[in-house]
Amino acid sequence: MHILVCVKQTPKSDNVKIDPATGCLIRSGSESAINPFDEYALEEAVTLKEQEGGRVSVITMGPPQAQQVLRDSIARGADEVYQLGDRALAGSDTWSTSYALAKGIEKINGLSPVDLIICGKQTNDSDTGHIGPQISAWLNLPNAAFVKKVIRVSKKSIVVERLTEDGSEVLELPFPCVLSVVKEINKPRVRSVKGRLAAKKATIVTWNADDIQADKTMLGIANCPTKVVKSFTPKHENTATIVEGNNGKEKGTKLVALLKENHFI
Amino acid sequence: MDYAINEMEQEVLNTTREFAQKKIKPIRAEMDAKEAFSYEMWEEYRKSGLFGLWLPEEYGGLGGGITCLAMAFEELSRACAGLALTPGTSALGAIPMFLAATPEQREKWCPDLASGKKLWAFALTEPEAGSDATALKTTAIKDGDFYVVNGTKHFISTGKEADFYTVAVNTNPARGARGISLLVIEKGTPGFSFGKKEEKMGIRSNPTYELIFDNVRVPRENLLGSEGRGLLYLQETLDYSRPGVAAQAVGIAQGALDTTIPFLRTRKQFGQPIITFQALGHKVAELAAKTEAGRALVYTLTHKMDAEFIPAVRNAIANNTVVHEELKKLKGARWTKYSAEAKLFCSNVAMEVADECVTLCGGIAYMRDFPLEKYMRDAKITQIYEGTVHIQKNEILTALIKEYAAKAEEE
Amino acid sequence: MAKADYKNVWVLAEVQRGKLSPTAYELLTAGRKLADELHEKLCAVLLGFEVESFAQDLIERGADCVYICDDVHLEHYIDDVYAKVLNSLVKTYKPNKFLIPATNRGRALSAKTAVFIGTGLTADATDVQIHQEDGQLYATRPTFGGNLMATITCAKTRPEMCSLRPMSYERAVPQPGRKGEIIRFPFDATQHTSLAKFIEFIKNKGNDLDLSEAKVIVAGGRGIGKKEGFQLLAQLAERLGGTVAASRPPVDNGWIDYRYQIGLTGRTVKPKLYIACGISGQIQHMAGMSGADVVVAINKDPNAPIMKTAHYAVEGDLYEVIPAMLESL
Repeated sequence: MHILVCVKQTPKSDNVKIDPATGCLIRSGSESAINPFDEYALEEAVTLKEQEGGRVSVITMGPPQAQQVLRDSIARGADEVYQLGDRALAGSDTWSTSYALAKGIEKINGLSPVDLIICGKQTNDSDTGHIGPQISAWLNLPNAAFVKKVIRVSKKSIVVERLTEDGSEVLELPFPCVLSVVKEINKPRVRSVKGRLAAKKATIVTWNADDIQADKTMLGIANCPTKVVKSFTPKHENTATIVEGNNGKEKGTKLVALLKENHFI
Repeated sequence: MDYAINEMEQEVLNTTREFAQKKIKPIRAEMDAKEAFSYEMWEEYRKSGLFGLWLPEEYGGLGGGITCLAMAFEELSRACAGLALTPGTSALGAIPMFLAATPEQREKWCPDLASGKKLWAFALTEPEAGSDATALKTTAIKDGDFYVVNGTKHFISTGKEADFYTVAVNTNPARGARGISLLVIEKGTPGFSFGKKEEKMGIRSNPTYELIFDNVRVPRENLLGSEGRGLLYLQETLDYSRPGVAAQAVGIAQGALDTTIPFLRTRKQFGQPIITFQALGHKVAELAAKTEAGRALVYTLTHKMDAEFIPAVRNAIANNTVVHEELKKLKGARWTKYSAEAKLFCSNVAMEVADECVTLCGGIAYMRDFPLEKYMRDAKITQIYEGTVHIQKNEILTALIKEYAAKAEEE
Repeated sequence: MAKADYKNVWVLAEVQRGKLSPTAYELLTAGRKLADELHEKLCAVLLGFEVESFAQDLIERGADCVYICDDVHLEHYIDDVYAKVLNSLVKTYKPNKFLIPATNRGRALSAKTAVFIGTGLTADATDVQIHQEDGQLYATRPTFGGNLMATITCAKTRPEMCSLRPMSYERAVPQPGRKGEIIRFPFDATQHTSLAKFIEFIKNKGNDLDLSEAKVIVAGGRGIGKKEGFQLLAQLAERLGGTVAASRPPVDNGWIDYRYQIGLTGRTVKPKLYIACGISGQIQHMAGMSGADVVVAINKDPNAPIMKTAHYAVEGDLYEVIPAMLESL
């Protein structure tokens, strides 16, 4: 089985800070990592590889620094890694990004047919959850999002459980297909020593827009359909009533009294 | 401090530190309270490749040596000495096999050992043969292509959960200690059963069982090395495994300090952080110095061992020979004294550090909610297993007397 | 694509297991405002099997028109089938704006549909406005885990699509007797296909109160420190007739199941009373509970962000405060 995982290098969420004066994002280059949701996608791919045999390829779109997440993917058990790196891609929205990834996947598929594409549920920097379903649309493949469990795998299809607000739905998808997975699906392993050593030596294949035969009028900030016209930091006003008391016990009693007094309970 | 470790060893540290944080710490208290073996943790160790650190790449291992094994054991024990035993005792059980096995036996057992698919355990102690291993009563009498094993082992770590047991038996009781041999006995062999499960002071997440052998027929190809040479292999095994226990002890001491120092920095009494009281602060400094001294001793020793162990393993694979024989060809010095010194020193440091840390932190540290009393309970075993502190002293003393006797003769 | 050919505001009325989702009413509120400003019609899109009975409800709550595609193939949600039907509908009737609920299903469906249509999509917006001058849809959404709000437009293509976070708008109230048009759209089994097969639905186990319906929520964060802490929270929740919930760290630590998670990567809630225990109030969490009527924060750290935004701030150890609350209740 040839499994392909889409990953993105994103800021470590805890390190994202906003400059209160300028409203700009403070990001330093060293503090980025694999999108946390992608860890689950990769773990699922590696687990399936261990069970079913085959190999795992990983693709990312991003600047040269993004190669770090591909090395990390090798450490986590991936076999081959591909980077889409081209200035023409910069500033792409999800529509353009998914298009470029789909073109990259088509090229990988040409080298060795892909059976299964796995994405994380969303990224921690833009939180859209679009990429998985959109790749499936470009490639005209069946897909399932919010996948929380792989129930069984056969030569021709995969049966998965996806999360809904009221429970879960079981679906069978024939290969090739696209899954977006949620955190519940597995517990990502700690990268092995062998993996970490292999990551340092890994060869990264880098392609530009021409290599993947992408239509440049569909790429990048100038061509993608959506645009950010304004960004701002949300404001929170300080309105809290401080519940006074000498210790936790007194404050707890006081709080109940206040809530009762105002008919909140 | 930098112990001149290589790239692989550095990655072993990085891996096991991350593993301890992400996988062990969240469940250590629960597994300790339940006194239960964690299959989930076994699987996690397996997925992170932590069973094969010291085994050659030919069998799916990492190709590291005793240092990699000791470092991993230190870092894992720094979080939980009990959960660290899953790979720890598997290595201990397998070292005698690895040393004495024929190339065919290695081929058969090492791949599943390295991948962690199968767990190994070491079975030496008997009710009447503890420190005195020569007194063991378990017999293995030859019957055609089999040995018929009878007897009881007790206090066996990872008992019941391990798949393979390296068992010290007597194949020729008439010859006493010279009749001791090592057999590999697989779980599920008819007549091999598990008796009492011990309830322990510490390392509670690792199950300790009694093994009962009742006319167990073990195929002859499960004999390690030759008959009657068991004590020799056991001594060699302990030489390589005691630095591991020493490393575990250093990990426990470090873990206790890791818990204690932040508490002392933030805990205020009489209007100031209690670490600023010199009586307490100086105690911490002393404990930290001893811990570092222990670590320095362990890694100096394991690096020396690796300079011999790793080439011997390479040679054994290249020449299709037994590791023990290759070691013999290379060996200048015996490690017994140094291994015993490392284990004696480090296990005493672990006990002292854990004990003092509980005192330093006070009442809170006596409570199970605070992750410190467990270090004190866990530390104790390092002074006992793989030879008590007194046995280590015997080993050291015997070596010293020999050394000085030889010197006296020279003069 | 001639933009002027695209008229009207569409909202997707989600039907799940034979029930109309309340998100439909929220989208009608948002959509009504947009349609009025544009002087265009508000249309609801109803897909499913035996769903026609919901049309009148949608009309009474503000839809001028309801497009219905009712077919047994639409009984269960399959991404391809639904996205292809929506694509056909859009290509046929050319809406100007199209709002879809940002539920699990809606998030995936809107994404796939946008590519089929060939238009831009804004995910998980919390506010939608019509720009006075250009009539474009200005959709505002949290990014970078809610640390930054971004307003996004889609200038060139139509419809402008947006998924709208549940509970961002009030539910539209019915006006009995309100009239509207119903347009039935045929399901085309040769085109609206998928290779995926629906097998079964598994209902959530346990009789936990639905978080989104809870009137009182007692939520725990990193400060709970251990799994057992949620038992104390559950006692308080039970006494107040509510349910427990959590911010992300307890879920990541395995102290509580993911379905209790509130925030950007979890559920959005709007209870009357929200008691945040040991929750620092990271913006990702606030995104899920800022709609609560009254927020109480119990935290050891007086400088935790939530202590500024809560209505009542209690500086203290939750393991002291909550037992005291239980005693005086």
